[in-house]
Amino acid sequence: MVDVMSFTDEQCQFDAIIEAEEKIEPRDWMPEKYRLNLVRQMSQHAHSEVVGQLPEGNWIGRAPTLRRKAILLAKVQDEAGHGLYLYSAAETLGVSREEMMNDLLIGKAKYASIFNYPTLTWADVGAIGWLVDGAAIVNQISLCRTSYGPYARAMVKICKEESFHMRQGYEIMQVLAEGAAAQKAMAQDALNRWWWPTLMMFGPHDSESANSQQSMKWKIKRQSNDELRQKFVDQTVKQADHLGLAIPDQDLKWNEERGHYDFGPIDWEEFARVVKGGGLCNDARLEARRKANNEGQWVKDALMAYAEKHSRSDVDQVA
Amino acid sequence: MTKNHYRYVLRLGDNALILGQRMTEWCGHSPLLEEDIAMANCALDHVGRARLLLSYAAELEGEGRSEDDLAFVRSDREFENFLLCELPIGDYAFTMARQYLLDTYHYHLFTELVSSSDETLSAIAKKAIKETTYHMDRSRDWVLRLGDGTEESHERMQVALEGMWNYTEELFERDPVDVQMIAEAVGPDPEWLHSKWQADINATIKEATLSVPEKKWSLSGGRNGIHTEAMGHLLSEMQYLQRTYPGLNW
Ligand SMILES: [Fe+2]
Ligand SMILES: [Fe+2]
Repeated sequence: MVDVMSFTDEQCQFDAIIEAEEKIEPRDWMPEKYRLNLVRQMSQHAHSEVVGQLPEGNWIGRAPTLRRKAILLAKVQDEAGHGLYLYSAAETLGVSREEMMNDLLIGKAKYASIFNYPTLTWADVGAIGWLVDGAAIVNQISLCRTSYGPYARAMVKICKEESFHMRQGYEIMQVLAEGAAAQKAMAQDALNRWWWPTLMMFGPHDSESANSQQSMKWKIKRQSNDELRQKFVDQTVKQADHLGLAIPDQDLKWNEERGHYDFGPIDWEEFARVVKGGGLCNDARLEARRKANNEGQWVKDALMAYAEKHSRSDVDQVA
Repeated sequence: MTKNHYRYVLRLGDNALILGQRMTEWCGHSPLLEEDIAMANCALDHVGRARLLLSYAAELEGEGRSEDDLAFVRSDREFENFLLCELPIGDYAFTMARQYLLDTYHYHLFTELVSSSDETLSAIAKKAIKETTYHMDRSRDWVLRLGDGTEESHERMQVALEGMWNYTEELFERDPVDVQMIAEAVGPDPEWLHSKWQADINATIKEATLSVPEKKWSLSGGRNGIHTEAMGHLLSEMQYLQRTYPGLNW
C-alpha cells in the first residue's frame, strides 16, 4: 500500500516537472521507460558522433590545402569531443560507456545511418558539413529544450561548435561552386548524393513513428520529425540557390499557402535498407570501430596494470 | 638570405608536416576515444607549425611559392624531413615511442630557437615550445605506462624502440646547412642537442623499465631527399587533389 502511494507521489512529481518545463535531473525519480528511452536516444547520438569521425576522417589525409587540413582536423576532433560529452551525459542514467560501446559493436545499438554512405570526393566533405551538420543543428537546437537536464546541457555546449562545422562545409561548397568546371561538377554531384539521405536523417514521417510520440509527451523530443525536416528544407533551399547548385528534387517548390517548400517523396525503402545494414559502408564503419576496440584492448590493459602497480607502490612507500 | 637558411627552415617545416600527416591517421581509429581527441589535437599543432614554417621557407626562397606549393607539389626527392617522421604509424606503442623521441628533440630544439638571431624563427619557436612541452609530457607518460604496464605492452614498447633506434642518429647529423646556421646563431649545435636529448631519453626508458636499444646502423638520407619507400605513398595520398587538379583554388 505504502509503495503504491509513494510510487504515485513520485509519478505526480515527475509529471509536474515535465509540465512546468523544468528539467529532470539524474537524482530525480523517473519512469523506467523514460530512462530507457533516453539511454537509447543519447547513446545512439553519442555513437553517431564517434562513427561520424570516419567519413570525414577519410579525407583528412587528402585535404587539398594545409588550411583545409587543419580545419577538417579540428572539426573531426570536435565530433569525438561531442561523443565524449554525450557518453558522459548518458552515464548519469546508470549505464557505462563500455556497455554502450559494446551494444554498438555487436550491432544492437544504432548510429545515424547517413554515415553509412561513402565520401567519394572532396566535395563530400563540404556537403557533409553543409547538409549533415546543418541538419544536426536543426535537430540539436530543438534538443536544447529536452526535459532531461544533462542531455539539454550537452546540447547547448555542442550547438556552439556545430555552427563552425556547417560554415566550413558551406565554405568548401562555395569555393567549389565558384571554381573550375570540374570543381562545380564535383559540388553538384555531392549535393545530388547527400540531399536525400540528409532528409532521411530526421526519421520516419510522424504518422509512422510510434517511438517519437511518446518522446514528445515526455518532452524528450520537442518537435516532430516532419516539423524539423521542413525547417531544414526551408533554410537549405536558399543556401543552395546562393551557391548556384540545384537540389535534386523536381517536386521542390514554394507553397504560398503553407508558407513552406513542398518537396518530393522520400525513398523509405532505401532508408530501411541502409539502417538494417545494406549501405555501402555499414560493414566498414562497424569494422573500423571493432578494430579500434580490439586493438586497443592491450592498451587499456596496460593502463590498468600501470595504475594498479603505481597505486600499490604509493601505499608501500607510505607503509 | 642564403639557400642554406631556406633549407634549414624547410627541414623544420617538413618534419612538422610529415609527422603531422602520420598522426592524423589515428583519427577515429585510436584505442580510446580520449586519444582520438588528444592525437587530433597534437596533429593540429604539427600542421599549424608546418604552415608557419613552410610559409616562412617560401618567403626566404623568394620564388613566389606558397606553403601549399611546398607541401603539395614537391616530389619525395625534394622533401628534407627526418626518416623517423615518415615511418608508418605501426601500433600505439610505436606511435607513442616515436612521438616521445621527436617531442623531446623538438623541446630542446625550440628552447634554443627562442633565442635565434632569426626573429621570425624565434617567434615561431616561442609558440611551438608551449605546445611541445605539453606533447612531450603526454608522450613521455605513454612510454612510462606502456613500458611499465603489462607484459605485452612492455614487449611492444621495447620492440617499437628497437625498430626506430637506427633512425635516431639522423636527428643529430651536422651538414654544411647546420654549420652555417650555427655560425650565424640561427640554430643550435646538433651535438649539444644530442647530449640533452640522450640524457632525457635514457632516464625515461629506465623509469619505464625498458632498456636502451643498441644501435646497429645509422640510417639516414631524409635531409638530402633520400627517403624510405613509405614516403612516396604518404605523398601520393597527401598530394592527390593538387596533383589531379593542378593550380585550382580550394
Ligand atoms: Fe557533432
Ligand atoms: Fe558537427
